[in-house]
Amino acid sequence: MTNSYASRGLRESATFDRATINDIQRAATTGIYDIRGWGAKRALPHFDDLLFLGASVSRYPLEGYREKCGTDVTLGGRHALKPITLDIPITIAGMSFGALSANAKEALGRGATEAGTSTTTGDGGMTPEERGQSRHLVYQYLPSRYGMNPDDLRKADAIEIVLGQGAKPGGGGMLLGQKITERVAGMRTLPVGIDQRSACRHPDWTGPDDLAIKIAELREITDWHTPIYVKVGASRPYYDTALAVKSGADVVVLDGMQGGTAATQQVFIENVGIPILAAIGPAVAALQELGVHRQVQLIVSGGIRNGADVAKAIALGADAVSIGTAALIALGDNDPRYQAEYEALGSSAGFYDDFQDGKDPAGISTQDPILAARLDPIAGGKRIANYLRVLTLEAQTIARACGKSHLHHLEPEDLVALTVEAAAMAGVPLAGTSWIPGR
Amino acid sequence: MTLTQAPVHIETVDLAVSTVRELNQALHATDDGTSWVVDTPAGQHNIAVGIDRDLDLVVNGHVGYYFAGMHQKGRVTVHGSAGVGLAENIMSGTVHVTGDASQAAAATGQGGLVIIDGNTGARCGISMKGVDIVVGGDIGHASAFMAQAGRLVVCGDAGEGLGDSIYEARIYVKGTVASLGADCVEKPLRPEHLAELAELLTLAGRTDAPTDFRRYGSARTLYHFAAVNAAAY
Ligand SMILES: Cc1cc2nc3c(=O)[nH]c(=O)nc-3n(C[C@H](O)[C@H](O)[C@H](O)COP(=O)(O)O)c2cc1C
Repeated sequence: MTNSYASRGLRESATFDRATINDIQRAATTGIYDIRGWGAKRALPHFDDLLFLGASVSRYPLEGYREKCGTDVTLGGRHALKPITLDIPITIAGMSFGALSANAKEALGRGATEAGTSTTTGDGGMTPEERGQSRHLVYQYLPSRYGMNPDDLRKADAIEIVLGQGAKPGGGGMLLGQKITERVAGMRTLPVGIDQRSACRHPDWTGPDDLAIKIAELREITDWHTPIYVKVGASRPYYDTALAVKSGADVVVLDGMQGGTAATQQVFIENVGIPILAAIGPAVAALQELGVHRQVQLIVSGGIRNGADVAKAIALGADAVSIGTAALIALGDNDPRYQAEYEALGSSAGFYDDFQDGKDPAGISTQDPILAARLDPIAGGKRIANYLRVLTLEAQTIARACGKSHLHHLEPEDLVALTVEAAAMAGVPLAGTSWIPGR
Repeated sequence: MTLTQAPVHIETVDLAVSTVRELNQALHATDDGTSWVVDTPAGQHNIAVGIDRDLDLVVNGHVGYYFAGMHQKGRVTVHGSAGVGLAENIMSGTVHVTGDASQAAAATGQGGLVIIDGNTGARCGISMKGVDIVVGGDIGHASAFMAQAGRLVVCGDAGEGLGDSIYEARIYVKGTVASLGADCVEKPLRPEHLAELAELLTLAGRTDAPTDFRRYGSARTLYHFAAVNAAAY
């Protein structure tokens, strides 16, 4: 394509490329900003810019299929009487019922349960389908407090206080009218069919001193049983992590700018926050300085796709990772078999990001009963479990090659960077050198 | 035949001696129909949160943040003032404060009744989702921000930005309103409104005349994203 343009002497502007031209034309036509799903689409420094140093003479590897490489993780032991132990350090991130269909939520719960991990509610409350199918369910406590109630709070295996998301640190939620069906509206106490905006700040606290009291309140209500996570979008990870710890969090969830969203302004997705690669180091440094690394667990997310990403995040100091977009893809999002329908929507398999529209041909980001029925929650659950198993096996493969008998034994010393930027951001040496820029 | 009533046993807890955690655990574990008195609260936070028993509780003194947070059942009275987030996310039951309440009183309340005899700070009834709130005095700015459902009755004055981005909640104010927030407008006080207002005032033990109030609610112009509303987002 590009070559045929070039051969005709046509040159595309790097600054005003075709997508940018389209954005300007769209803005001029509509007078309102573009809202879409998915995460940042621009190229960013990421885990691809890191490589593992496999064992050889100086270190010896573990036998691939014989020697054990543990994958379990316990979350919430700092203050909670009932911490949760997961078989694998890969969790399903919070995605709301409303953004996703009930079948999709159920499938995520089934898959997570089969793989021995947790799933998470979202900005819209807990559905019985999801609670019923999830062995470990994390209940989000968001600024909107849609459907918030103490009974569900007590039913949760962990509570996640959401301060922000990587796709939009500092932003509130939105769910467009097409998806506010009677059931979704009922759970959120809203009129059917409106374009819902939700607040970006919690209604009854601001700042770390208040957060400490809020965490204590939730502990009192749940009789100190339930682990409490604090989720932040990656922007100032060192301070946010330190303040979350100081406020009494059991677990810090850190979501980088590649992290998915159901509906956010495109300008927000692409321009606010920092990549997860740059965020893990400062968060780990804060935990280490406070003497709580691996005691307060760190879960990271934002663009996790394969077992190498999982292993790299853990090697940099995370205790676990969380997946959103990849889980939706595993369920069937952007599947080429719906190509004709994606085309009809003005998109294409591999490009579809209009989660806000509720017209998802794969039946995932929709509330249309006919579309939603396309996703079988049992088959979908199997696909999620399969995918989680592959992520785990891949991470174990790498860990064994580095001589580690548990994923948590991976360390920054196992990594090098391919680019100067990645070396500086991740705090590991540029490959072939001992140089970490800035140190 | 004579009915003899069993003498009512009242559990007394002195928070100078017991911890808030001990009190809350006792309140979570107690039976319906019990009566409790709490002394020396000394402004401590998170007192009486998550009550799910049909009990009566009286607190003598001031309480801190999130008093009666997520209250589900029973009647709770504070003879004193309350800190931030009084009865936040209350589900049902009644919480009554005889003094003043700080910011975010009854925030996100889903049901039940919150009565404040004195004044409240900013953001009273923020994101309320079905709770009824009766304030004897004034309320601060940004009250009923994004209020979704329920009724807020103010017998004094309301601060700036009342009912900004309000959804379907109804607001009644007897005194002045410093300013209305985006999409909040005055609406006619019809007989059904006078009736519900009279009922709420009676429940709160007040004698104000419903006809002295004005009603405010959503103009519903921000319910759909539209370029013409750009300045209001
Ligand atoms: C469809 C969708 C809905 C989401 N809804 C929520 C939500 O309700 N609350 C929240 O904290 N994060 C939400 N997120 C963000 C995810 O929890 C998570 O942070 C993100 O997806 C992780 O990045 P990844 O998508 O690259 O894996 C949502 C993401 C998606 C894709």
